[in-house]
Formats: sequence, structure tokens, C-alpha cells
Amino acid sequence: MHRTRIMKPAPFRYIAVSSLDEALTLKAQHGDEARFLAGGQSLIPAMNFRLARPAVLIDINPLSELAGIDRPDGETIRVGAVTRYRALERDQAFLKACPLFADALPHIAHPQIRSRGTIGGNLSHADPASELPAVATAMRARMKIRSSKGERELEASEFFAGLLTTSLEPEEMLVEIAFPATKTRLGSCFMEVARRRGDFALAGVAAIVELNEEDQCTDVRLALCGVGETPVDASDAASSLVGQRCTDKAIEAVAAEVQKAIDPPSNVHASADYQRHIAGVLTRRAIATAHQRVVHG
Amino acid sequence: MADESHDITVEVNGASYRATVEARMLLSDFLRHELKLAGTHVGCEHGVCGACTVLLDGAPVRSCLMFAVQANGHELATIEGLASASGDLSPLQAAMHEHHGLQCGYCTPGILMTMTAFLRENNAPSENEVREALSGNLCRCTGYQNIVDAVLDAAGKIRAGAP
Repeated sequence: MHRTRIMKPAPFRYIAVSSLDEALTLKAQHGDEARFLAGGQSLIPAMNFRLARPAVLIDINPLSELAGIDRPDGETIRVGAVTRYRALERDQAFLKACPLFADALPHIAHPQIRSRGTIGGNLSHADPASELPAVATAMRARMKIRSSKGERELEASEFFAGLLTTSLEPEEMLVEIAFPATKTRLGSCFMEVARRRGDFALAGVAAIVELNEEDQCTDVRLALCGVGETPVDASDAASSLVGQRCTDKAIEAVAAEVQKAIDPPSNVHASADYQRHIAGVLTRRAIATAHQRVVHG
Repeated sequence: MADESHDITVEVNGASYRATVEARMLLSDFLRHELKLAGTHVGCEHGVCGACTVLLDGAPVRSCLMFAVQANGHELATIEGLASASGDLSPLQAAMHEHHGLQCGYCTPGILMTMTAFLRENNAPSENEVREALSGNLCRCTGYQNIVDAVLDAAGKIRAGAP
């Protein structure tokens, strides 16, 4: 038979694993030469351009043990790393427990990408313009990491180490992400500006506001995407709100602090000044909306 | 690096195919060049244009962002399977024809597969929902308006009981 040879990616060895242990053993053997293949929606484009040329691809899609949403105690939601965006956006109980996802998921690329892409792949890719690293940072998600030697846990802010870089060692895999469930008197909002729907954000803001019975803020969490080399935890810039009511003036002050705190990289679509402007506007709107959601439900 | 071969079995539009593929063969190239199902079009090959959209176990995916070997044991649906065996167009295909939802036609297979899956989940969409669902498929000819009209019309016909 005549074989057409139309190959975009460079050659690699492909191994579809049947257990997590097998995947971790292989990764320990091959180290940086190997990549885990989850949804592949960032890795395969890079391979098609030959920007990425892994020698070994360890396909973890068959690992159903890593896919799914579990709520062991009602307060923590554990999401397996190979859970697809599509599964998250169709799980109403999950979206109710983690409402930031209901805001953020529709911004992730397009339906076809969301059919394949996974939460663990997204977070491990650590694209600073991506939505979920900011959401995970704002929610203080706990990242469960495994290797053939053992297990450790990192908070999201420790997990993202730099541009497209995480704290994962070559032999490690992010296997599960634990999110705290929302509760009464806690409101959240994610907003972003992109040139077109589904494009990477020029800037995005995840805000979480907790109020006491007097409607004073007891905790404010802020994380931004698209404005630094990692998701930017800007919660310190919101510290002036704690103990205060969310008045327009108080929120405006936080937005001004956020604009001072960030150092956007600028790109062909947006100058750093414009990104800083958007970050301020989105901060104001996201906090106001999160606050409204607590007060008015 | 050796080019390893893998034996795979996939079901495409209800027919079972067995093949031996290199690991690095994209699903889009496998469909077009090995199975000779060239109705799936290839545009950007990095997941932006949507022309290569097929259904994998019922869900729309970019076939340029999967390796053929990953489809082993799965069911695929492509544009070749949308019309009935006797050649009757699906309600969405017929509506695209009636509303002039295509000009050059290059993006059309991807749009039909994306919106076929969409209408199965939501047969009473708003115009905004249709546009949102279409957002991952680039069309440089039509300006989208006639595609949106066609999808809304097809939704009505499906609600009225069209197959």
C-alpha cells in the first residue's frame, strides 16, 4: 500500500498508559524528554509547529481515575487533573460550588477546545494569559502533586513559578486540584477583556469578596491574568477594603492600587498602559459584581 | 527517533476501520489521506479556524489537535455521515442551503459538525447562543449572518420533528 507521509510533528514515542503508577514510572525514566499528553490543546499546536519536540509522549487520557469531580466533605471540591472543561461546564453542582468557574470557563477558547482541554493540562501549562491559573490563585486552590517517589501539595501561588513554568519537577505530575466551596456571605466574579471571544485575555480579574452581617468586607481575594509572567495575586492591593463597606470610593481606591502593583508586559494587541487601564476597570467591576452577588444573591 | 507504528480501530460514521498509523499522524490527516474522507477540511492546523471539526464520541473536537492513535476505540462522525444514506440532507444542511449559509464552502464542514452537536444539546437556542457556539469556526466569506439564520431555522425544524 502506498503510504502518504504528511507529518507535521517531529517523531516521538507514544505510550498510552493504563495506570497512574505506570505514567509516573515512565516520567521518572524519561524526565524532561517526555511530556504528559492530557487534552493536548496547547501541546499539539506547539508540536505541529515543531516548537515542542518531546521524544516521548505519555498519554494520560485513559486514566479515568484522574477524571472527575469529588466533594468528600461538602467544603472542598476535588477535581481530577484530566477532567475536561466540557465536564466542568456541564456540572451544575460544581459551578454552584465554584461560581468563578461559571464566569471563567466560557472565556476559554471555543467549544471544540473545551471538549478536549483539561484543568490539569491548563494549570501545568501555566500560560499567564489563561483564565484558570488566576481563578486557582484567587481561590487559594491546593495542587496535589505525585511522582513515583511520593506526593506533595502546593498552594496555587507556589505552583506558578514563571512564564509557562511551574514548580513541578521533571518526574512529577499535577494529579488533583482542591478548591474551597463557596459559602454564604461570599461572592465572586471573573471578567476579562480579549480582542475576540476565545482569544487570550489582554487582562482578566478574578475577585472574591467575603462580607460580615454588617456588609463589611472580611476578606478580599484578587488575582489577575494577562498582566505578568504568572497569574498575579493582587490581594494585598485590596487590603484597604478589609473592615470597610464596598462603596464606589473604596473600590476605586483598590483599582488604583492594583494598577500600581502590576507590571504588564505589553504585546502587539495592547500597550502596557492599556492593559493597566483595563486591569483597573475590570478590578472595579469585578469587586462591585462580587459584592452585589452577596448582597442581592 | 524511530517512527513507531500503532494498530488502531476507529468507527467513523458507523463503519469500522482498522489501520496502522505512525504516532505523529494527526487525526485530520488520517481522515483525509488514509481513510480518503476529505470532507474534513484543514485550515490552520493549530486549533484556531475550526475547519477540521469532527465529533469524537458526540463532542465537537479539532481533528488537527489530536493524534489518530488517540482515536483508537472511539467513535467519530464527519461531514460525510450527515446526510442520510439515500442522500437526504440533514435539517441543518438543508437550512444552510436554503439560507445561502456558505460561499466558498471551505469552512462549512467544520461549521456543520460544530452546530450539529450544538443543536443536539440545545434545539431552542437564542441568536446569542448560536453566535457563541459558532465562535470557534472562522468563515471569511459570509459574515456569519446567513449561517446564524440557517442554524435558527434548522432549530425550529428540529423542534417541529425533522429527523
